[in-house]
Amino acid sequence: MQIKNNSKEYDVIVVGSGAGGGMATKVLSEAGLSIAVVEAGPYYDPANPEQMTQLRPAYHSPRRGAGTTRFFGDYDQAYGGWDIDGEPYSQKDSTDFRWFRSRMLGGRTNHWGRISLRFGPDDFKKKSIDGLGEDWPISYDDIKPYYDKVDKLIGVFGTKENIYNEPDGFFLPPPKPRLHELFYIDAARKSNVKVIPSRLSVLTKRLNNERGICYYCNGCARSCNVYGDFSSGSCLIFPAQKSGGQIDLYVNSMVRTVTTDNEGKATGVSFIDKEENKEYKLKGKVVVLAASACSSARILLNSKSKQHPNGLGNSSDLVGKYLHDSTGGDMMAFIPKLINRKTYNEDGVGGMHVYSPWWLDNKDLDFARGYHIEQWGGLGAPTYGTGFDVNRFNKFFGINKAGGYGNVLREDMKKYYGSTIGLSGRGESIAQKTNYCEIDPNKVDKFGVPVLRFNYQWTDNEIKQAKHMQDTFEEIIHNMGGISLWDKPGKDSNYGLTKPGQIIHEVGTTRMGSNPKDSVVNEFEKLHDTNNVYVVDAGPFVSQADKNPTWTILALAMRSSEKIVDEFKKQNF
Amino acid sequence: MNRRDSIKNLTFLSIGAGLLLEGCYGISREKIKRSLTRYEYGRTPEEKLYDDKLFAEKFFTNQELFTLDKICNLILPPNEFGSIRDAEVVQLIEFMAKDIPTYKEPLRNGLIWIDNESKKRFNNLFVDCEIAQQKNIFDEIAYYDPNKSISDYSEPVQWFNLVRNLTMTGYFTSEVGINELGYKGNIPNIWDGVPQDVLDQYGLEYDKDWLEKFVDQSKRNIIAEWDDEGNLLT
Repeated sequence: MQIKNNSKEYDVIVVGSGAGGGMATKVLSEAGLSIAVVEAGPYYDPANPEQMTQLRPAYHSPRRGAGTTRFFGDYDQAYGGWDIDGEPYSQKDSTDFRWFRSRMLGGRTNHWGRISLRFGPDDFKKKSIDGLGEDWPISYDDIKPYYDKVDKLIGVFGTKENIYNEPDGFFLPPPKPRLHELFYIDAARKSNVKVIPSRLSVLTKRLNNERGICYYCNGCARSCNVYGDFSSGSCLIFPAQKSGGQIDLYVNSMVRTVTTDNEGKATGVSFIDKEENKEYKLKGKVVVLAASACSSARILLNSKSKQHPNGLGNSSDLVGKYLHDSTGGDMMAFIPKLINRKTYNEDGVGGMHVYSPWWLDNKDLDFARGYHIEQWGGLGAPTYGTGFDVNRFNKFFGINKAGGYGNVLREDMKKYYGSTIGLSGRGESIAQKTNYCEIDPNKVDKFGVPVLRFNYQWTDNEIKQAKHMQDTFEEIIHNMGGISLWDKPGKDSNYGLTKPGQIIHEVGTTRMGSNPKDSVVNEFEKLHDTNNVYVVDAGPFVSQADKNPTWTILALAMRSSEKIVDEFKKQNF
Repeated sequence: MNRRDSIKNLTFLSIGAGLLLEGCYGISREKIKRSLTRYEYGRTPEEKLYDDKLFAEKFFTNQELFTLDKICNLILPPNEFGSIRDAEVVQLIEFMAKDIPTYKEPLRNGLIWIDNESKKRFNNLFVDCEIAQQKNIFDEIAYYDPNKSISDYSEPVQWFNLVRNLTMTGYFTSEVGINELGYKGNIPNIWDGVPQDVLDQYGLEYDKDWLEKFVDQSKRNIIAEWDDEGNLLT
């Protein structure tokens, strides 16, 4: 309680504790600055046995791990989900945007897919290549040193491949592929689809003496109790505290606005203590927003003042605009050759061991921008849903009878266990000014804070890309001797293209640029409109490649935080 | 300040879940203690509250639970590995009916249907029928054409499918069922590739060009160091 009434002025207030907030906290605190980290969810440590879900078998849960309370199942470490009680969001017209929020220390880094891909040189200059979207004001060379530092600081496995637009880094060695992945490698290569070892931030080898090494339990979505994977708490915030950083954590504290003075300069934040349902203020010389692309946009838009009548940083009217998510397409197949498998511990790391980076040139195709392919399968841990429709695959052997009862069901269960493989395409969409989040004028959350309203439609490029994904999946599944388990999605369903937001890579709402008229932040992620507010989540992304955003959030946040330290040294705040 | 201290100082602790439960739902302390210790699986206070609300609620009557036990036991009879009772299948069905309330009506209607059918045919409740009679009823609702959607079938067939699904998932996610299935993971382990005999069975091998790139598990504990080009030195 004391702390909230503290009249202390922090050097920096960091809003949010995910990838961007964690990195900012680490860099800024290690430079000797005093930091307040304001997190909307509770304290969380993957090593805390009371919060830990890792290594729990299904039967420790009364619903055997079903996704009733946590969307991705009981053991997924995300407190929140698509819908949070009392904290709604709304949709404009026919928009169906999905917004996944995780409210806890470390945010979504506690459950993310660990896929850690660098953007390549082309990914920063796509407009120059195909005339669509916008180029970044920075190039790969500007960010490369930071990717290098992130690799060494946090750890990522992978292999040097010398592919121009899939830059190599400082890799830990990757794990060997699993059986279904060997099937995938052969089948993909038959269709000239490149396959290389995955690049995931999981420690397959010791990185330092503070963090443990992966013990292959497949539980990365459960956050690692030996800190063998990257979560913002375990890899950035805790080490920063340990090394003596002046860090005060404010948890269950949801920032409502950035406060400003008569000159329009930020003075701190106002936040709601969710336990007490009361509003408090914190003072800071600099405010770093890292609440997630949409949450940071919401805070800025809600921070209206005489000096910033359109919301803070919004003189361009672009806060919330250019919202874009990765495209997604999926297919699942049955592989008859994989029936009656011998069982062994096939857990591996919590993610795929191999993947296919984008392998074609869009010049030869009827859509812009590429996608990569991930795959899933194997002798997975039984969880709620295992054993449903146990012998439905009988039909693939000409047996038009399924169901039944008795011991035959045990045999069917073992026969089909581990015989399926899934393919997922994750692609680049093109940022559109017409896709945005804005403040809903008619709706507030349970704390009285105006909520976001989404407006988002895919364009032809994304739809045609989704069609290409499905055609590729069909071919690879055929090469594997497999049978697709779902009807091939057609035009009426946008060829299976996921809903915007569903891939949980939403970016672009405070986009970066050198011209204050057509961007919100500069190349160091500082608002054009005010001198002491930065945004270090995925909001500043101009485009997002077909690469998962985390590694780039981290590299940019590190670069911007070093710039903030420099400015402090020059006494510019 | 270590991180534990920082939690102590700065986390705004919520009221204990137990107290809230007593206040909101009138659940006895003993009941709370039972369910909280029975299922320790990393819940947030809000999630604990929800679980305990479900535990405090009773959906099926004892007679219905007894009938379900008979049905599930016929669907998956015990063997040397275990039984649906070891796997607590009926408890799972009771819990899921409350956790997924859309299950409630079809599950109950099916139990009513099977007793009516038993009375009609054999002049007995289902549980009092001979096993052969029970199987006789099953035979008419237990099978479907996998080329069709289950929703094309009558309610009793759909109901039986639901109960079979819950029985199978209940058994094969239990300790005895996981053991029978042969799932061997979810324990600390060193993954070093597909066993050779399995590779041989499928005529597969690891790409020779790739082999030297993979993690050498004998060196996993040596701290990683690279040269300036990103080549791993250790």
